[in-house]
Amino acid sequence: MKVLVCISNVPDTTSKINFVEGDTRFDTNGVQFIINPNDEFGLTRAIWLQQQQQAEVTVLTVGDASCEPILRKCLAIGAQKALRIDTTATDGFAVAQEIAAHCKETSYDLIITGRESIDYNGGMVGGILTGLLGVGFVTNCISLEIENGTATLAREIDGGKENLTAQLPLVIGAQKGLVEEDDLIIPNMRGIMQARQKPLNVLAAQKNTPKSQVSKFEKPQPKGPVKLVAEDQLDELINLLHNEAKVI
Amino acid sequence: MSVLIFAEAEKGTLKKVGFEVASYGRALADLRCEPLIAVTINTNNVDALAQYGVDQIVQIQDDSLDIFSAQRYAQVIAQVAQQKAAKLVVLSSTADGRYMAPLVSVILDAGYASNVVALPSATAPLEVKRSCFTNKAFSHTTLSGETNIIGLANNSFGLHEKPSQPVIETLELTLDPDPVQSTSVEKVTGKVAIADADIVISGGRGLKGPENWHLIEDLAETLGAATACSKPVSDMGWRPHSEHVGQTGKPVASNLYIAIGVSGAIQHLAGINASKVKVVINNDPEAPFFKAADYGVVGDAFKVVPELTEKLKAFKSQTH
Ligand SMILES: Cc1cc2nc3c(=O)[nH]c(=O)nc-3n(C[C@H](O)[C@H](O)[C@H](O)COP(=O)(O)OP(=O)(O)OC[C@H]3O[C@@H](n4cnc5c(N)ncnc54)[C@H](O)[C@@H]3O)c2cc1C
Ligand SMILES: Nc1ncnc2c1ncn2[C@@H]1O[C@H](COP(=O)(O)O)[C@@H](O)[C@H]1O
Repeated sequence: MKVLVCISNVPDTTSKINFVEGDTRFDTNGVQFIINPNDEFGLTRAIWLQQQQQAEVTVLTVGDASCEPILRKCLAIGAQKALRIDTTATDGFAVAQEIAAHCKETSYDLIITGRESIDYNGGMVGGILTGLLGVGFVTNCISLEIENGTATLAREIDGGKENLTAQLPLVIGAQKGLVEEDDLIIPNMRGIMQARQKPLNVLAAQKNTPKSQVSKFEKPQPKGPVKLVAEDQLDELINLLHNEAKVI
Repeated sequence: MSVLIFAEAEKGTLKKVGFEVASYGRALADLRCEPLIAVTINTNNVDALAQYGVDQIVQIQDDSLDIFSAQRYAQVIAQVAQQKAAKLVVLSSTADGRYMAPLVSVILDAGYASNVVALPSATAPLEVKRSCFTNKAFSHTTLSGETNIIGLANNSFGLHEKPSQPVIETLELTLDPDPVQSTSVEKVTGKVAIADADIVISGGRGLKGPENWHLIEDLAETLGAATACSKPVSDMGWRPHSEHVGQTGKPVASNLYIAIGVSGAIQHLAGINASKVKVVINNDPEAPFFKAADYGVVGDAFKVVPELTEKLKAFKSQTH
């Protein structure tokens, strides 16, 4: 079984979000990049498939050379191979087209994306990839078992969960629940050393056609100060929520 | 040309997001001087869309669509969009809406922007404002498809009534099978889902243990609210994972969010920031949540919350 895990290189969750060049570009100054958390849940699940079912796990990112440390980290976590498609990720469509072009050349039984990236928050690459490849898709995936080419899955829905089955090949959108936080693999020294010997191949980009473009970023308006209510004045809180905020 | 919305239903009845999408679609159609068309699937109360300015309703009745299928629903929306020459399609940000939208965009070769929070600032080319960096920023994004799809962020536009007299039409479509089969749906009954809730009551590690969650539940019940929790609370198994909200959990965009014993870590705030009004109850006046909240009470949750619940019960019985 061949598994591809699509990795998005994103700013650490504690990063201050600032923009430069007239608010047209994210300010990477001093920002540490991490594996998109949803992708890390997916990667861990893939490593289990490798350990338990001899799956071959490849990680792939669409991006420039600055994404390579994250790919090395994926190799240290246990992926066998890393690929970087050498182009700037412009939008979800372009990224999905690049991944799809690769998947048409090298076929995979299972393609894991994250439910969404925490920077772009598109929630679209996995779905578009599915459409381009004409295969099945389950997003918000919180459980996955594979036996004899059939996947049994669950996805989170509003107010509950849905159980599903699908034949491979399949694309999923991973999130917490697929594996737990405690299951995430922290690379050890041996893993880090081995990662240096593992292949990280750079592929040329195909022709992609983005369908969106960011013209400008904007930060939310700074908030006014909090209105404090004394703990023995809770009637006042109810009054404010009812008459001022009009939410109860 | 027209603007098309998909009005989502649950068990045959339109959901509130269906009306929000209709309200947004109406405003958008007015901007473009085009009719607003709604497509519904196995929905009984389609007439209710008349309150929100829909000009035409395409009603799909097909038993094989009783169980949601992202690929088949996407085909329905795409085929109706093609038949009605809709160059703009508006979908909601429910779990199902976000699941389908990219699939629709491939069928229609359309541009797609999710998390859109306002009406477009320009229609040619189409420029939308969407939230990104998990609510820490917005981007102004130009969509350049010949057809484009807007995924409307929940609770960002609200409901705007504008009565109309829609023409209702039924349509039969031929759909390809979905390689993914649903086997069962497990819904928690008798509880408000976070995604649908106007009010969310959230508890953090400050509540000390799962045995104290009646404080959260009583308050939630009094307000008809959903219950939520911080990440460590779900990681420790005090509460189910489905209640974990924040950057790596569920997003919350409710009208009112009350955080109790939650410190307000950046990852927590990112996920709930789209909520309109935030209230914090915390015994530490230095807790970062006070900087993000609209209203706050510095105090011991074990004292404040039961008292607040009692007072709210009295308030509710007066006003209703
Ligand atoms: C990659 C990553 C992703 C993350 N994603 C999320 C996420 O999605 N969601 C999330 O919530 N967290 C997330 N976190 C964790 C986050 O950083 C915080 O650790 C977490 O939000 C803290 O939870 P808490 O507020 O419940 O607990 P604490 O930080 O321990 O805060 C407890 C609060 O309760 C108050 N308190 C104590 N006793 C009382 C009392 N008697 N009455 C009133 N108040 C009291 C304290 O003053 C304190 O402010 C993430 C972290 C990382 C690294
Ligand atoms: N540049 C990229 N390279 C590889 N995979 C990506 C890239 N961007 C997004 N993805 C994948 O697509 C998922 C959803 O991203 P998004 O559509 O941006 O929310 C991510 O969790 C990744 O798995």
